[in-house]
Amino acid sequence: MSNVAIELRGITKRFGNVVANKDVNLTVCSGEILSLLGENGSGKTTLMNMISGIYHPDEGQIIIGGEAVSINSPHDAFNYKIGMIHQHFKLVDLFTAAENIILGLDEKGKFDIKAVSGKVSEISSKYGFEIDPAKKIYEMSVSEKQTVEIIKVLYRGADILILDEPTAVLTPQETRKLFDILRRMRDDGKAIIIITHKLHEVLDLSDKVAVLRHGEYVGTIATKDADENILTEMMVGKKVELNIDRPEPVDPQDRLVVEHIDCMSREGVKLLDDVSFVARSGEILGIAGIAGSGQRELLEAIAGLQKLDGGSIIYHNPKNGKAENLRDKTPMEIRELGVRLSFVPEDRLGMGLVGNMSVVDNMMLRSYRRGHSVFVERHGPEELAHKIIKDLEVATPDADIPVRRLSGGNVQKILLGREISSSPTLLMAAYPVRGLDINSSYLIYDLLNDQKKKGVAVIFVGEDLDVLLDLCDRILVIGSGRITGVLDARTATKNEVGYLMTKTDREEDAENAE
Amino acid sequence: MDFFAKIMAFIAAAIVQGTPLLFGATGEIITEKSGNLNLGIPGIMYIGGISGIIGGYLYEHFSAEPIPLLCVLISLLTSLVGSTFIAFIYSFLTITLKANQNVVGLALTTLGVGLGNFYGGSLLKFFGESGSISLLTTGNAYKTKIPFISDHLGIVGETFFSFGFLVYVAIIIAILSQWFINKTRVGLNLRAVGENPATADAAGINVALYKYVATCVGGAIAGLGGLYFVMDYTTGAWTNNGFGDRGWLAIAIVIFALWKPRSAIFSSYIFGGLYIASVFISGLSGSTKELIKMLPYLVTIIVLVFTSSRKKREHQPPAALGQSYFREER
Repeated sequence: MSNVAIELRGITKRFGNVVANKDVNLTVCSGEILSLLGENGSGKTTLMNMISGIYHPDEGQIIIGGEAVSINSPHDAFNYKIGMIHQHFKLVDLFTAAENIILGLDEKGKFDIKAVSGKVSEISSKYGFEIDPAKKIYEMSVSEKQTVEIIKVLYRGADILILDEPTAVLTPQETRKLFDILRRMRDDGKAIIIITHKLHEVLDLSDKVAVLRHGEYVGTIATKDADENILTEMMVGKKVELNIDRPEPVDPQDRLVVEHIDCMSREGVKLLDDVSFVARSGEILGIAGIAGSGQRELLEAIAGLQKLDGGSIIYHNPKNGKAENLRDKTPMEIRELGVRLSFVPEDRLGMGLVGNMSVVDNMMLRSYRRGHSVFVERHGPEELAHKIIKDLEVATPDADIPVRRLSGGNVQKILLGREISSSPTLLMAAYPVRGLDINSSYLIYDLLNDQKKKGVAVIFVGEDLDVLLDLCDRILVIGSGRITGVLDARTATKNEVGYLMTKTDREEDAENAE
Repeated sequence: MDFFAKIMAFIAAAIVQGTPLLFGATGEIITEKSGNLNLGIPGIMYIGGISGIIGGYLYEHFSAEPIPLLCVLISLLTSLVGSTFIAFIYSFLTITLKANQNVVGLALTTLGVGLGNFYGGSLLKFFGESGSISLLTTGNAYKTKIPFISDHLGIVGETFFSFGFLVYVAIIIAILSQWFINKTRVGLNLRAVGENPATADAAGINVALYKYVATCVGGAIAGLGGLYFVMDYTTGAWTNNGFGDRGWLAIAIVIFALWKPRSAIFSSYIFGGLYIASVFISGLSGSTKELIKMLPYLVTIIVLVFTSSRKKREHQPPAALGQSYFREER
């Protein structure tokens, strides 16, 4: 391991008063995979952006091939054979894979997209990618887009690859494929830095792990000497209890009865196919499934945002005992029926909050209709905003800052805080801990448990099976828009859930045919 | 036969009317491909016209015997400089200072029309002359037909080859633009800037430079539309507001042609034909004539309704059209 590809010495970067990175030292050799581990907001992405020329360090040196270099633009980074694969893909939707791959290159000679496609296929077969160079990006799945990103940097001859949370958007199968490819690249002599906060991936893939905590460099450790406890401790600075609290449900009553609902996409694909289940009060119902299996449509149908082609959604009102069908009602109509429904959508800044509005204004989104004056009532929302910031430990200078300037975890706390404050009887949360660090995640679990104890029917859509198994009372597994099973989370195993998730119609048909 | 001759005359007139529109549309397409929605194009076309007039006038005024070729070259140069300058102001305000594109564009259109009318009305007075501007030598130089084919091909020659050179320049520029945008590396980069500037930036493309160059080149091309109008169509004469609202039609054609310069050629001639149709239909009462004059605008609205309901991704405007690009934004 003497062949050092890139070395960082004493890198410091400040944004105003905030120190994003403080005195970071890193070394990556050729033929080595380094995991950069850290909680959200620990400065991993900022650090990598300095290597890829998007930011410039305030202090410290970047050393490539034994010489201190100055990387002032992404273009400089290419020249030093550094390629970054961003978390949010930098692709032009309207272009083909090949067009995206050569974008911005000043190759000599004639502009020949066919030759590019040939070279792309060559790279693909070398590392085991599957890609059609002539396919348009907007027709691609997330994993295909990521493949295009990786080939893009390889095409430019990158020897140092940086991947920013590459598995956040992938299914377990796709992740496994990606890791195989990364291992092949390592064996080919590439230096790879992967940003992640999934411990099992770190242990599975990397040769060594560097840990950042609140922008400070904690240390580097060889993966073979590491385990989950050591890494967690390095990452959070204190031992984090891995057991999630799970109180016993008290007097569960049917709160929401969903029966035989169907939903078709515009293209005629069944997004929801004969879905039936019951959500009970005082219980957390987990929904597990591979991303895009209909979870989103299901929640939106209940919230009144998705038109259905069949079935019914019956809400049992605990106040007056009435049963109401929520199907094809607007969110406003649902509220007027006296249904206390709170929805924490997957897309926090798209559907949940308005990024450019302050914390207080975002509170008002739910309350501005109250009162009889011409003027909106600001006092209540202000108090609520301050209460949420205090109770949920939201890291923000004040309540008047636009929420888009807060980190992902803080945004989620504000959204969840607002939704809970309306004392719902039914709470739906889609991926509420996605992208959150461990401490914030536990805070969210506690909040959900509090609601459960208050007798709220909680629906929790999650992706981490361990969390689902530890937090929920029952787990509903959804695969390709169908309910493939309902499990008791106290007795179910990870394998059971995983099997049900991957079970699709096609397999069933094949079984029937046999 | 009389009817046939009339149709051919109508086609020729449609091409004449369509040429300024084609320049404007091609210029705007190139500009929009970089993500800049330049609503200053109508003003820039006025500037292109008046700058040409000023150059041509100065040369004709100070030269005892103006040489037609120099008349053309000088007015062409001043026209290009004038319209590029206005496009540069637009670029500076929207790209460097990140001002709102719509506001800047509309302001520049007002400015361009105003400057055009101001100099058009007062140029002669500056030099102690009276009357109205009429640059016959320059105008006739622009109107020079292609020798031989224009008068040896009968009706075909009269209909398609009897125009001044700018008519053909407009077609050539449109075809070249189509090739440039779709078949070259720089064209690919330009489209990326208009579709997704953050991606282009990450790919090492100088987003600001591309936007500047595309906007200025687009402005220069659009300005030629104004030049063609004052030099060829009106033979070197300036009338205040004479160019009318053709600049807005050019912007409508951009949408009609789905951001393809090649399609802009025929679209421009169709709009040119609609613009002039009322003159060619005989026996119309005054009010019907006015109704016919509405056609280009009516077609624009219908086209807008259709194009906005089209689902195909390739037929949509550049995705980042009208947005300023901030690099630091996360």
